[in-house]
Amino acid sequence: MISLAYLALIAALIPLASILVETIFRGLSAMNSSFFLEEIPPLGEPGGGIGPAIQGTLIVVALASVMGVPIGVFSGIYLAEFRQARIASVARFLNDVLTNVPSIVLGIFGWTLIVVAIGWSVIAGAVALAIIMIPIITRTTEEAIKLVPMTMREAAIALGVPRWKTTLTVVLSNAKKGIATGILLSVARISGETAPLLLTILGSRFWFSGFTQPTAALSVAIFNFSQSPYRLIDWPRAWGASLILIFIILVINIIVRYATREKYGWANT
Amino acid sequence: MLIACNVFVVLGLMFYEIIQNSLLSIQMYGAEFLLGTKWQPFPPNPNILPSFGALPLIWGTLVTSAIALILGVPLSLGISLALSEFAPKSFNYIISFFVELLAAIPSVVYGLWGIFVLIPFLQTNVYPYLQGALGFLPIFQGTIRGPSILTGGIVLAIMIIPTVSAISRDVFAAVPNSQREAIVALGATRWEKAGIVMSYGRSGVIGAIMLGLGRAMGETMAITMVIGNSFNLFGSLFEPGSTLASIIANEFTEASSPPVYVSALMEVGLILFALAIVVNALARLIIWRSTRKIKEAGMV
Repeated sequence: MISLAYLALIAALIPLASILVETIFRGLSAMNSSFFLEEIPPLGEPGGGIGPAIQGTLIVVALASVMGVPIGVFSGIYLAEFRQARIASVARFLNDVLTNVPSIVLGIFGWTLIVVAIGWSVIAGAVALAIIMIPIITRTTEEAIKLVPMTMREAAIALGVPRWKTTLTVVLSNAKKGIATGILLSVARISGETAPLLLTILGSRFWFSGFTQPTAALSVAIFNFSQSPYRLIDWPRAWGASLILIFIILVINIIVRYATREKYGWANT
Repeated sequence: MLIACNVFVVLGLMFYEIIQNSLLSIQMYGAEFLLGTKWQPFPPNPNILPSFGALPLIWGTLVTSAIALILGVPLSLGISLALSEFAPKSFNYIISFFVELLAAIPSVVYGLWGIFVLIPFLQTNVYPYLQGALGFLPIFQGTIRGPSILTGGIVLAIMIIPTVSAISRDVFAAVPNSQREAIVALGATRWEKAGIVMSYGRSGVIGAIMLGLGRAMGETMAITMVIGNSFNLFGSLFEPGSTLASIIANEFTEASSPPVYVSALMEVGLILFALAIVVNALARLIIWRSTRKIKEAGMV
């Protein structure tokens, strides 16, 4: 009977292995130097690359991080330092709920907030992604700060250091690894998001042309290529873009895994 | 302090904006929206009003999520038992990394893999035999299509495995050792011990399953790419269908012309949002209560 449990384990790892192998082999066949550097051609037209999609993903993710990281980290600090406050437990609960709001709903939200006002734009996409990021960072920051031993705080306070300074120096410098982990994981998570971007940045074939303009992104490009009828031209591009995306995400996950080892449990829950 | 309240602002504003934008459709269609079966944004005759009935979408969401749970939950429980009860610790560490990776792969890549790898495989190697064996049931009758409700459910099953197994593993790990020792002292096998652990963590596992359900219902890209995007109500599982999330992804960017079209899609989003909040809040409450109970019992 115990073998059944192991069988379940193997059954779950088969799709993972298949996804990785197929992406690597089919993706590599689409790669050459122009694939990284050239503009996206119209569907069905040979040549070109997916340069703008790589650029767009980097820009949107960076802008989302600029908005999301400070808010997430500060709320995490608040929740951990004032963990007894009644409002903190409500905020913690809502934070968990927000983590699980379907990403397409966040896309709709980004659309009503920003696209209605200024049109499909990088800013709208970044806001939607920042809202996905914030609860993840809040959660991991809080957990990281809770791991800092109380004795360290007490030592600082005994030396006459004010509370805010204790938090900003002693506590934060001890928790920085955990906080960085949370930020990295949230970056990995948002770089693969598609549904919210589809409703906010729309996708494009051209290089970045301003924060209030539509832009391309890897995930959106994968979706568009996969819907194309030209199997020999566009499908390999979808796999190539997937390979780049998976590569970014894998590298982040391996760095996080290596840096934290035994310390934290499973993430992404 | 103020920054930590961002979550109140974000959730509140989200509710307000989405309700505000779906008002037009709510006023025009009322309850007909939830019960109607026809989704026709552009009627053939300009004198008829467009009709929006979300029942096929709700049906698609529920059926694909149910398939995901039926297939995914036993696998996830097997994984979490293997990791918490049977496997050596070093093995545990590597395997949990791989299961975590399953959660890290973007949904759009699952969709791509679903279209080009999973569908051809299922269509030639699985579905014909399934129909041969279970074809007497109405849900397995009719023409076999690759992009279908069943395929959508299978992809969702793979995608909820990391969520359900991670949380149930934590629940099993929180079961006090005294329980295990007691049953082993009574001469139980390792499998019977696992049974005790499962029944002890039952409510936590139910919470984990509900969290998986929340993930399955809200999943968008992968399901949009493999479900076939047509309207299916009470039909065969081999027929294509749509879910609440997939119709938004498919039609939203093109739904500019009649304002009521956008509003109807907003209302679909509102239903999805409400479903997700209810399911996830319940799941969190159950998990929170059960781990607290287990921990308190463990201290005695």
